[in-house]
Amino acid sequence: MTTEAATAPRPALDLARVRAWLPKYGVYVAILVLVGYNVLFTPNFLTWGNLRIQLIQVAPIVIVALGMALVIGTEGIDLSVGSVMALAAALIPLYLGYGVLAALLVSLLAGVVVGLINGTLVARVGLQPIVATLALFVGGRGLALVISNGQLKDVRNEDLIFLGSGDLFGIPMLVWIAALLVLIVAFVVRRTVFGRRLLAVGGNRPATELAGVPVKRVLITVYVICSVLASIAGLLAVARIQSSDASAVGLLIELSAITAVVVGGTPLTGGKVRVLGTVAGALLMQLVVATMIKHNLQPSTTEMVQAVIILIAVYVARERKSR
Amino acid sequence: MTQQMTSEPHAAAVVAADERRAQRTDRVVGLVQRQGALAVLITVVIIASAVFPNFRSYDNAGTILVAAAPPALIALGMTFVIITGGIDLSVGSLYVLGGVVSAYASRWGVIPAFLLPLAVCGLIGVVNGLLIAYTRMAPFIVTLAALLGARGLMRALSDEGSTTYLVTNDAFRSFGTGTFLGIGYPVWLVVVVFALGMVLLSRTRFGHAVYAVGGSEDAASLMGVAVRRTKVWVYIMSGLLAGLAGAINAAKLGSGVTVLGTGMELDAIAAVVIGGTLLTGGAGTIAGTIAGVLLLGVIQNMINQVGNVPSSYQQVISGAFLAVVVVAQTYLVKLRRVT
Repeated sequence: MTTEAATAPRPALDLARVRAWLPKYGVYVAILVLVGYNVLFTPNFLTWGNLRIQLIQVAPIVIVALGMALVIGTEGIDLSVGSVMALAAALIPLYLGYGVLAALLVSLLAGVVVGLINGTLVARVGLQPIVATLALFVGGRGLALVISNGQLKDVRNEDLIFLGSGDLFGIPMLVWIAALLVLIVAFVVRRTVFGRRLLAVGGNRPATELAGVPVKRVLITVYVICSVLASIAGLLAVARIQSSDASAVGLLIELSAITAVVVGGTPLTGGKVRVLGTVAGALLMQLVVATMIKHNLQPSTTEMVQAVIILIAVYVARERKSR
Repeated sequence: MTQQMTSEPHAAAVVAADERRAQRTDRVVGLVQRQGALAVLITVVIIASAVFPNFRSYDNAGTILVAAAPPALIALGMTFVIITGGIDLSVGSLYVLGGVVSAYASRWGVIPAFLLPLAVCGLIGVVNGLLIAYTRMAPFIVTLAALLGARGLMRALSDEGSTTYLVTNDAFRSFGTGTFLGIGYPVWLVVVVFALGMVLLSRTRFGHAVYAVGGSEDAASLMGVAVRRTKVWVYIMSGLLAGLAGAINAAKLGSGVTVLGTGMELDAIAAVVIGGTLLTGGAGTIAGTIAGVLLLGVIQNMINQVGNVPSSYQQVISGAFLAVVVVAQTYLVKLRRVT
């Protein structure tokens, strides 16, 4: 953001170059600036303990945002991710008696089912994604509360807790899992036929249909992937907090996820997915909040600053589109 | 084989009959699509009256209407926004902000208690509208940012949500709780606002501009409709109505509650969609929105009537209901296009 102000008065050629460059790398620049600021002015920022906490906090948002980025790449949106997290969380204690694997499978299955419903409503029925996923946004959390009886349940399973708070080579399992998922999604988007098709659907659906791509199947698959990623985030949340609270897990995460995707430079108009940008977007928002908390600013100020950052990010991205 | 060799006049008659039938289907489908929410509402009310003895009472009807007053106002603004092809996610936050501001301002009298929330929320509507109309940023994102910003502002005003301002002004308080002809004042206010909204949408140049912008922005612009100005105004209206809804709620509850209102924007969108307004813009009615709001209110009331049904079931039912209505509507629209 500061680079634009500095270079704006220069000749037109430079301005054009900055305009092309900024939406792509602006989010990384912003992260570097914030990190630099924190290293200089925030006590105890560069401690392993602090970085750990930041990474653990951002991991679920990254996981959900990955799925959201794919959905947004098809010109859709998925409001139901928070409810899916709650649903996955509510199912864990029910099936933990059959072993960790069974519990994990059941909650992933819940994600698949929700994704199938969302995808079918969008692809086959032809509903607008926002309305289609709104139904499960409302109903999904209700169902999670019904399943869990509205109660908070403690989870005392060693293996599950290891997923949430264990370490591997000194780095939290949560971070490993998130990193692995980022790599997988990045690979799928860049190197597979499915990734190409996904972007094609988002770019121009009628043309893609005419080109013989099974558009409906691609769309349904995308929504299933998004829901499964959300349910992974849900079960990891249970593993981390060591209890399942369907009323709190994943609350408002759809907003954080959409924010991360948009700040990361993925346009809402579809046809383009920036996986690493999405991760950077989530990290940036996390850093902003952390910085403000460390400097004793109120949550209210933090929210207003977040609003401004979203607007700036989208405004910058918009310029590229009109060029 | 023989059937195919019918004489020409006969074939023409068959075609004409087919056309008539198609027209009739078209009309019925159109009617159901426009008034489908009303039909469902009437059915649900009849069933509820038969099953729950308490549902029929005048008092209960009043309860439903008073409870539906703030969501109705928000949904009215949302209807205008959605008809232009936009969306306003900030109304839930503006509603809460309006309530807090109104409760705070009630110490200076009734008029500030109404005007200050209108001014604050209207101003945020202006910002939304200007950003959407003049920078061509997506309404979804702009109003999402406004959702965060307005919530931040509300928390800043209420000491991070810890202070609940009480309404000390008796006149303002009695507006929220008092009744006229057995029906609460808020309901009367909503009725007046809706009447104005209906006239505005269907009988004025502005209303036509709203439909035109939603139908096709380029065509509207070529016809000489002030597209940008129309867009700015619908977001201002949406902000103002959300602020008014907040003020009414503050008067009703006697305080500026800081925790209610999350998800209100989605309720409003649901009500508008159930009412037959298409999210793609260009079509929709306020009558449908009224039916949609009342339908959601009646369902909630019915679930309350059953007694000790946890609110979680209520969410499940509303979600399922929303899905059914929207899917049915989409099929009706498709049916109309095919015939």
